[in-house]
Amino acid sequence: MTKRLDFGAVDRRTIVKAGAVAGLSQIAAPFIWSARAADAIKVGMVDPFTGVYAAVAQNELIGVKYAVEQINAKGGVLGRPIELLVEDSANDVGIGVQKTRKLIERDGIQFLIGDVNSAIALAIAQVSNEKKVLHIVSGGHTDGITGKDCHWNVYRVCNTTKMEANSVAELLFNKYGKKWHFITPDYAFGHTLQEAAQADLTKFGGTVTGNELTPLGTTDFSAYLIKARAANPDVLLVLPQGLDMVNCLKQIAQFGIEKQIHVAGLQQELESLEAMPPEARVGIWMFEWYWKQPGVPGVEKFVADIRKRTGGKVPTARTWFGYTSMMSYALVANQAKTLDGVTLAKALGNFELPADVKLQPNKCYYRAGDHQLMTSSFVGEALTKPAGDPEDLFKVDTIVAGDKTSPPESETGCTLQWPA
Amino acid sequence: MSELLNLESGRKLAALVAILAALVLAPFWMPLLGGYTALGTRVLVLGLAAMSVNFLLGFTGVLSFGHAAWFGIGAYGCGMILKFIALSTPLGILAGTLAGGLAGAVLGALIVRRRGVYFAMVTIAFGQVFYYIAFQWSSVTGGDDGLRPFYRQPLHLGVATLDILNDATAFYYFVLVCFVLAVAAMAFILRSPFGRTMLAIRENERRARFLGIPVELHIWIAFTLSCFFMAYAGSLYALVNNFADPRGLHYSQSGDFVMMAVMGGMRSFWGPLLGAIVFVVFQDYVSSVTINWQIFIGFLFVLVVLFFPRGLLGFLQQRRGA
Amino acid sequence: MTQLLLFNITNGLIIGAFYVLMAIGLSLILNLSNVINFAHGGFLVVGGYIAYTLEPYLGFWGALIASPFLTAIIGLAVEKVLISRVYGRDPLYSLLLTFGLAFILEDGTRVIWGANGKPFTIPAALAQPLSNEFFFITGYRLFMVVMVAVMIALLFILLRYTRAGIRIRAGTLDLETVSALGVNVRALRSLNFAVGIFLAGLSGVLAGGQLGLEPTMGAGLLMPSFIAIIVGGVGSLIGTLVGGLLIGVASGVTAVYFPAASEAIMYVLMAVVLLVRPRGLFGEEGMLT
Repeated sequence: MTKRLDFGAVDRRTIVKAGAVAGLSQIAAPFIWSARAADAIKVGMVDPFTGVYAAVAQNELIGVKYAVEQINAKGGVLGRPIELLVEDSANDVGIGVQKTRKLIERDGIQFLIGDVNSAIALAIAQVSNEKKVLHIVSGGHTDGITGKDCHWNVYRVCNTTKMEANSVAELLFNKYGKKWHFITPDYAFGHTLQEAAQADLTKFGGTVTGNELTPLGTTDFSAYLIKARAANPDVLLVLPQGLDMVNCLKQIAQFGIEKQIHVAGLQQELESLEAMPPEARVGIWMFEWYWKQPGVPGVEKFVADIRKRTGGKVPTARTWFGYTSMMSYALVANQAKTLDGVTLAKALGNFELPADVKLQPNKCYYRAGDHQLMTSSFVGEALTKPAGDPEDLFKVDTIVAGDKTSPPESETGCTLQWPA
Repeated sequence: MSELLNLESGRKLAALVAILAALVLAPFWMPLLGGYTALGTRVLVLGLAAMSVNFLLGFTGVLSFGHAAWFGIGAYGCGMILKFIALSTPLGILAGTLAGGLAGAVLGALIVRRRGVYFAMVTIAFGQVFYYIAFQWSSVTGGDDGLRPFYRQPLHLGVATLDILNDATAFYYFVLVCFVLAVAAMAFILRSPFGRTMLAIRENERRARFLGIPVELHIWIAFTLSCFFMAYAGSLYALVNNFADPRGLHYSQSGDFVMMAVMGGMRSFWGPLLGAIVFVVFQDYVSSVTINWQIFIGFLFVLVVLFFPRGLLGFLQQRRGA
Repeated sequence: MTQLLLFNITNGLIIGAFYVLMAIGLSLILNLSNVINFAHGGFLVVGGYIAYTLEPYLGFWGALIASPFLTAIIGLAVEKVLISRVYGRDPLYSLLLTFGLAFILEDGTRVIWGANGKPFTIPAALAQPLSNEFFFITGYRLFMVVMVAVMIALLFILLRYTRAGIRIRAGTLDLETVSALGVNVRALRSLNFAVGIFLAGLSGVLAGGQLGLEPTMGAGLLMPSFIAIIVGGVGSLIGTLVGGLLIGVASGVTAVYFPAASEAIMYVLMAVVLLVRPRGLFGEEGMLT
């Protein structure tokens, strides 16, 4: 039996043993150096660092880590340093739930950040709610998180789909026209985004010429684009995100569609723009945060500091989400002088972010009724040619305040039930 | 001769008792090793799934690489009951098991004549069909966002109420009881004449056929039974997560289960459980330490296939035998 | 409506051609060596990324030519070191092996090139549509179809007129006899695998130009290849060719009437074929069953 594996002088046992030692030393190394500070406050982050959202998750982590450094440099929270524990949800709900339980039950975290994937965010919110741990959803967009699925211990930094739609809709209607055609990714985020935009369009008096539902992971949009072309709209709204968006815009550029029809969309991200060839960077979009804000306090320092930590790359909206989530916890805990989850959750309601955290010109605060951060929308155009800096791929036209784009608390469907 | 038999069965009994003791006492010794109760619950459920795959793979010799489909159907079945129909955990489990088992029975009848690589391909493809349905039929299944919300309901046992929703330890014991029931059923089947026939088919299908055994029928029954067990494990999984999502149906999930069975030892009864323990713990540990844990998992697969094809238990048995 | 339909059928053929390229490589490996190469998608991604890395130095055309060869060399190394060890064993092991390999390739690309997508630029001359009317037939997509046709032709010549090719075909039918006739089966399998991976690498370069590059893109392109092989018939390359085109067209046509089902139709086709004619359209009875 062993004869088949002919390694010559070295037999398989030796190789396996050598491999095991090499592998184990890789894994064991971190444990050798970590002398865990006994009085540190543990905070946890669950995000999909592998899988399709890996790039944005990693940017969020950079923001969180930077925040931890800043916090600890200023004395930590209530005099104690913050220790960040990071777990990969691998874009799998079961693993996300398991890791969250691990962080809370075994590691005793006081605060949770995550997940980019809305489904996982909702699932781990159930766990954090059960365990009464303060939880900020940094990057999951589904409206339910601060809507019908809201919890007293959960806050959210990034925009809701309604906020995104409301920020751009009027501009598109006035500037481009009233006949809109949608390309919508076929999952909850896509549906709510499209419905919100359609509601706005109807309010202004426009019409929908069609809505192409594209399965997640569609690589070839040609069939949908053929139909969109045939429908002859004024505006083509491209709603898919990530790789789907990149492919769709590439194909739009290749087919020359942007020459006949105005291309636009709602949410856009720097990560996606950077993955596109230049000719695909067209259209009007909104960003949730943009790094080039001349004159706005704190932004330049943030950008410079992050650049040092990423080998020159600028922070994206995701970096800012992570940064804000972590800073919010430290600020509210230091202000309320406690670590109790319920107290902090109550204290975050109507909490306003200081200039060096909000990094935007408008007032930025957490709404008490639905726990949604009233953050601004940066509306503008994608740039085919970068404006100076190779990462300046978006021209910001207006920055709309969060409480102008967000529907009132009564309309979100959120009813908070606080523990007795 | 009878002394030898007593020794062998005595050893087996001791092993069984040891395994059960370890499982029952898990919530106590796991935290000491850096584990946590929820990890144990997950290991039990995935271990059961691996054993269900092995029921077919190790004991009948049939390679189904799409078995996660039944796992996922079980999860969705259980979830849908809890979400739409009745707040009853036992009903959820029953519904999930039936849904997956019956689906498997129907499909099994269609593909039972194929073998080998082609059979594997077909099971992968059909598994993906179900994945795709779960993904696309979002009005019913929730699509990519998964089926939610539903919660496992506390059990009213007449004398007491077992709060399996909020009490992690209570839930662990509930899952353990379910696990033991399933495993006992499996062992019973394998010891029966039917089980012996399955082994005969695995060893030499042609000879079994010449002996007059209706091979296709037996394979179909074995396939269906393993689907029922798989769906049962899937229902439990839905309860663990309070969630059901398409990922549970994907062929990569199937691959994980087959890996656990192979890693632990395909030819042995408890092998897959051991494989599940190693796999889940390994994945849990490595993914906390490095972002590039997938490379390690990949290497683990390669290592096992090349050097430990008989799995851990097989490896140990070899050493003892040789 | 007819114009829409015609457009979509043509479009389907273009998409189908791409599926064919991927599926044929997979089919080659499956037929001769009985190995389901789950890592095929991974090699596609590697091919695309290698081209991306070479492009600044060799330009698009240079990268297009060089990358498949480099990918094939990697494939050859993998075959010699890993896959050859599981030939002749239960197909379970090759499945698990390539499965693990797929993990390694995906995460490896993420480590080397980063998690964010990378743009792969194609020559401007190709990026134009043929005409305003046929806007969806860009020069690049036409180029892709031409490439696929050229590859199929080359493969045909290889298999029919070269000694190695004839041996591969013979080996698909009866490897034992071929071996008994004194052919070095090991070398044959290695060559066959390398050719299959060459095609995967080429698919990756072409996909990169069309879709951009991202570590997880391989997995999504693997399933259509599977279906193409099952529909066309395991063991038959012509079958794979027809199967790939068929599912492409079916997908395109469905997109006109039933867009949500445009991916599902592939699976439905497969299910129908398996029920009505299990060996596939061109498959031979007894092939791997």
